[in-house]
Amino acid sequence: MHRVPVLKIGDLLLVSIQVDMEDQTALALQQDLSDRIVQSGCHGVIIDITAMDIVDSFVGRMLSTIAAIARVLDAETVVVGMRPAVAITLVELGLSLNGIRTALNVERGMELLARSRQDDADHVRGSDSDTAWMLALGPDPDHPTATAS
Amino acid sequence: MTGRPDLSTPQVVTINSDADVVRVRQLVRTAAVAVSLSLVDQTKLVTAASELARNTLVYGGGGGAEVGVVDSGRRKGIRIVFSDEGPGIANLELALTDGYTSGGGLGLGLGGARRLVDEFEVQTGTGQGTRVTITKWARSM
Amino acid sequence: MAITADESSRFAALLDSHAARLVERWTEVTAASVRGRMTEAELRQQVQELHRALRAALAEGQFDLAADASGALRATLSEMSRSRAQQGFTATETAVSVFALKDALVDVLDVRSGDQRALADYVTASGVVDQLGLFTFERYARSREELLADQAEQLLELSTPVVKLWEGVVAIPLVGTLDSARAQVVMERLLQTLVDTGSPYAIIDITGVPAVDTQVAQHILKTVVAARLMGAECIVSGIRPQIAQTIVALGIEFGDIATKATLADALRHALRTIEQSRRGNGSAARGAREA
Repeated sequence: MHRVPVLKIGDLLLVSIQVDMEDQTALALQQDLSDRIVQSGCHGVIIDITAMDIVDSFVGRMLSTIAAIARVLDAETVVVGMRPAVAITLVELGLSLNGIRTALNVERGMELLARSRQDDADHVRGSDSDTAWMLALGPDPDHPTATAS
Repeated sequence: MTGRPDLSTPQVVTINSDADVVRVRQLVRTAAVAVSLSLVDQTKLVTAASELARNTLVYGGGGGAEVGVVDSGRRKGIRIVFSDEGPGIANLELALTDGYTSGGGLGLGLGGARRLVDEFEVQTGTGQGTRVTITKWARSM
Repeated sequence: MAITADESSRFAALLDSHAARLVERWTEVTAASVRGRMTEAELRQQVQELHRALRAALAEGQFDLAADASGALRATLSEMSRSRAQQGFTATETAVSVFALKDALVDVLDVRSGDQRALADYVTASGVVDQLGLFTFERYARSREELLADQAEQLLELSTPVVKLWEGVVAIPLVGTLDSARAQVVMERLLQTLVDTGSPYAIIDITGVPAVDTQVAQHILKTVVAARLMGAECIVSGIRPQIAQTIVALGIEFGDIATKATLADALRHALRTIEQSRRGNGSAARGAREA
């Protein structure tokens, strides 16, 4: 039976599912990942499903279970890279992947995890006014409207 | 004729293990590509096939899937028949309800699969085994 | 109408012995029907190809348009039908390109003299040409259908542009009637654009949509849920009062989907959310800590 590798990158665990998984492989991954979270002391898990051309209810349930187990072990899980066709199919199937956080790609997933672990040390920086975020987000800092206020 | 796989006669896969479920998915994918189903429709059909193949294995105690091409004249499609000699489904209506499960799953298998295909038919009864036929048509020619 | 092997070979011989005159007259009659929209040289080449393919098929023995031996002939006819359909010729104009062979044969065979053999040959040939004509007509119709389907699809693509509004925000301004098929295309394109651009926010603007029925509302809802599964948020903007009434009257639950009056409001909302999440955990988390 094929086993899906679990990689440790910094303080994150990254799982990239590259094969058409047998159900046993999915169950083994659930087990492996729980072990690795405890061993490594990581607080974030990214499961990359970019390569998966379908997610059925079995795999969906595995993802939910992994997220739930990880939460108990004080780690947060983000599923990234779901293809549009897979998402549309899941909606039709009626699977909502409750309790799972998702992001478009690995990079966004890492941002999401970094944010949720971040001590809000920067809360004092900046105000809550609308102009503040306009300044911060403007693609062109020299644009006159961005500096007007 | 083109270099596509020959699906003029239905291909049969026996379902007796996890690996067979994977094989069903792969065969259905090849067939769906051959009749030019859109990517979303391919994904829906393969997902439905995966659900039903697993049902055949888990609830039916194993069985088979027959994958073939159907042609209505105007458009082509894929028809898959899953059959097993298992205990059958006593209350079909209940089994088709979302959230109902007898096997510890999410209970989306049968009802969910029905929403993913164009035609869905179940023949079953207590002690009679189960036979599920699904069809998905290409959107246009 | 089946013809014998002998009749086939007689027809083949006829095409052979009078090749030049037949092609000449055939081209002439065809040219008269397509009136200057194709060059003489172009037509002559097509007629020559048809002539060659027909002769080859007849030489194979008992002629049958559906047989393997006639494959090249069918391909030639299909190709001609397709190009005529694309160039906008009518069905009649296209069919004449085949039926013109009859005119040419009348001249060559001198049918009017009453020669029995010539008459018999003409009847055989005429039967074959009719078959070719029908085949051509069928192919022409199919090509037209494909052409229309392609155009409809192109129109669909053109009518649903997905635009990037800001770093991380894409929008799809919907204009015109949304039917189920179009809503489906819209849904797929929007979700693909989220992946391609890595944008976590999408605005579905329905200012230009006159009415929404249950099915379309369901499609929009499904798009929002699918986007969420992929890790992106959708905002629906530009809901007209009538549409809001319809949505409520139909009992469609928009749930916790963000809706805004205008595209501008939606963009502002998206940007604010991006900024909040950049600062920390968003307002909810901050509120919790401050409490």
